[in-house]
Amino acid sequence: MALTLMKGSEAIAEAAIRAGARFFFGYPITPQTEIPEYMSARMPEVGGCFLQAESEVAAINMVYGAAGTGARVITSSSSPGVSLKQEGISYCAGAQLPCVILNVMRGGPGLGNIQASQGDYMQGVKGGGNGDYHLLTYAPSSVQEAIDIMMFAFEKAEKYRMPVLFLADGIIAQMMEPVEMPEMVDYKVDPEKKPWACTGWKPGDDPAKRGVINSIYIDTESLSIHNEHLQAIYAEARANEQMWENYKTEDAEYIITAFGTVARIAKTAIDELREQGVKVGLFRPISVWPYPYDAMRETICREQVKGVLDVEVNEGQMLEDVKLGLEGAKPIRFFGHYGSEFPTTDEIKNEILKMKEGK
Amino acid sequence: MSVVFERTKLLTDKQFHYCPGCNHGIIHRLVAESIDELVQEGKLEAGNVMGVAPVGCSVFAYDYFNCDMYEAAHGRAPAVATGAKRARPNTIFFTYQGDCDLASIGTAEIVHAAHRGEKFVTIFVNNAIYGMTGGQMAPTTLVGQKTTTSPYGRDEAWCGAPIRIAEMLSTIPGSYYIERCACNNNANIIKTKKAIKKAFQYQLEGKGFCLIEVLSTCPTNWGLSPVEAMTWLEENMIPYYPLGVKKDKGAE
Repeated sequence: MALTLMKGSEAIAEAAIRAGARFFFGYPITPQTEIPEYMSARMPEVGGCFLQAESEVAAINMVYGAAGTGARVITSSSSPGVSLKQEGISYCAGAQLPCVILNVMRGGPGLGNIQASQGDYMQGVKGGGNGDYHLLTYAPSSVQEAIDIMMFAFEKAEKYRMPVLFLADGIIAQMMEPVEMPEMVDYKVDPEKKPWACTGWKPGDDPAKRGVINSIYIDTESLSIHNEHLQAIYAEARANEQMWENYKTEDAEYIITAFGTVARIAKTAIDELREQGVKVGLFRPISVWPYPYDAMRETICREQVKGVLDVEVNEGQMLEDVKLGLEGAKPIRFFGHYGSEFPTTDEIKNEILKMKEGK
Repeated sequence: MSVVFERTKLLTDKQFHYCPGCNHGIIHRLVAESIDELVQEGKLEAGNVMGVAPVGCSVFAYDYFNCDMYEAAHGRAPAVATGAKRARPNTIFFTYQGDCDLASIGTAEIVHAAHRGEKFVTIFVNNAIYGMTGGQMAPTTLVGQKTTTSPYGRDEAWCGAPIRIAEMLSTIPGSYYIERCACNNNANIIKTKKAIKKAFQYQLEGKGFCLIEVLSTCPTNWGLSPVEAMTWLEENMIPYYPLGVKKDKGAE
């Protein structure tokens, strides 16, 4: 298949369409506006629906409405807009609606800025909205990887009946890369496969099959049962859906942990350090919920590993998962930029060299 | 023996949880009967109607309407109905919302549903108070009306005068048919049903956004008996919220 040079946001949007998404609801916000722009032109070509909502709050509730019919639905936004979506995301999780949500992260808190950032890790993987819920959350580190994840995102969302979140820093959406675009998937709503969906129940049909898209369980017992059911699904997702990458970790004495674009910068730093004879490797979670704790421990908790350097464009949000997973087994150093400044390879190299020198 | 009257099929057997004297039960019945009649008349295919319940006293409406139903976040029913209707453009959708849901937290969603001319029906029940949370001031609370958060009576200088939703939405180009009704006597109940049925008929014809505002009593939170509450509605609400058609593009 031929490689095409595509901007990240447009490639992700096209991949969503190829994965069967036919409904997009969103609201313009930098640095992801190219996604709704692309969708507005492309959806009519495939018989789909693009609708510009009055707010991110409305957009995620439109997702709730369309996903409830069994359709494949997607919305995208950037950090402040994703904060507005949190109410609806919690409702989607509670009502067990499969859908895909893109967060093209920019600097925060508040209005922050419009540059790329990784500051919404906690919001994405530790909660965001109210209640005990999780989202299958992926942090792609290249445009191709974002496309590849998109191609199975709806299937995972439908398998577990939970929303999928993309945590993509702004660079993924804004950069152009050569990509291989997969073939179009033929998706049609099948009421047999989605018996919970609103597909036209009528009086006289089996009452158990009436579509009720709902997250309220007013009495204590039924809410407990509902939450136990959700937790069982999350346990299954934890067991089956962890994704990660090891880069030159086999003989590494120092391991860098990083996600998204930062991990790519770290790879260059690793290659350059290895030329100087410093044995460094990278552990990169691709699924950040579920976080691949076991794989990280297997990579890092080995005799020759002397230390871990966690690098992020935030104040150390994933660092908490690194610490949680390693349980104090190895010394961990953190290097981060706030706002939206990305670390350079030299900065990362310097941090590793300082660790090596015991500074 | 022939059946000359039976319960509407569009209501489940679930017992309503509403307080004595509350109008929700009547309004539910009118919505269900209107849909049922359209099915019987062969205008609407059985199973091709879906609804969206709000947050508020009618939060459990999904248990009462005998069709596919959504339960939306507070105020978001018009956005949920928008997404669902776009995904099933040939299905008839309705939202059922109270005044706190629609006229307070959900103003953006209802205004923009009307603005886009969304092809669904909204049943808007206005009882001038927050019922489910126990009688707080609503945007529709009358000036001078005492509630648990306006214990000295609503002060216009402090928090404004009540919003007339039907009139406000009728100024939006995308709204198609808007009428305010009440269920205070038999004649008005019949008028309310006619209005609701007409709104659904417009949806079947693919017309724009329709909203029926129904004035309702809340004896529990008004602190009145059901009969006193109905009198209070007639003497206080109807003069401020005049009944009648506010907009009907189909009649123009």
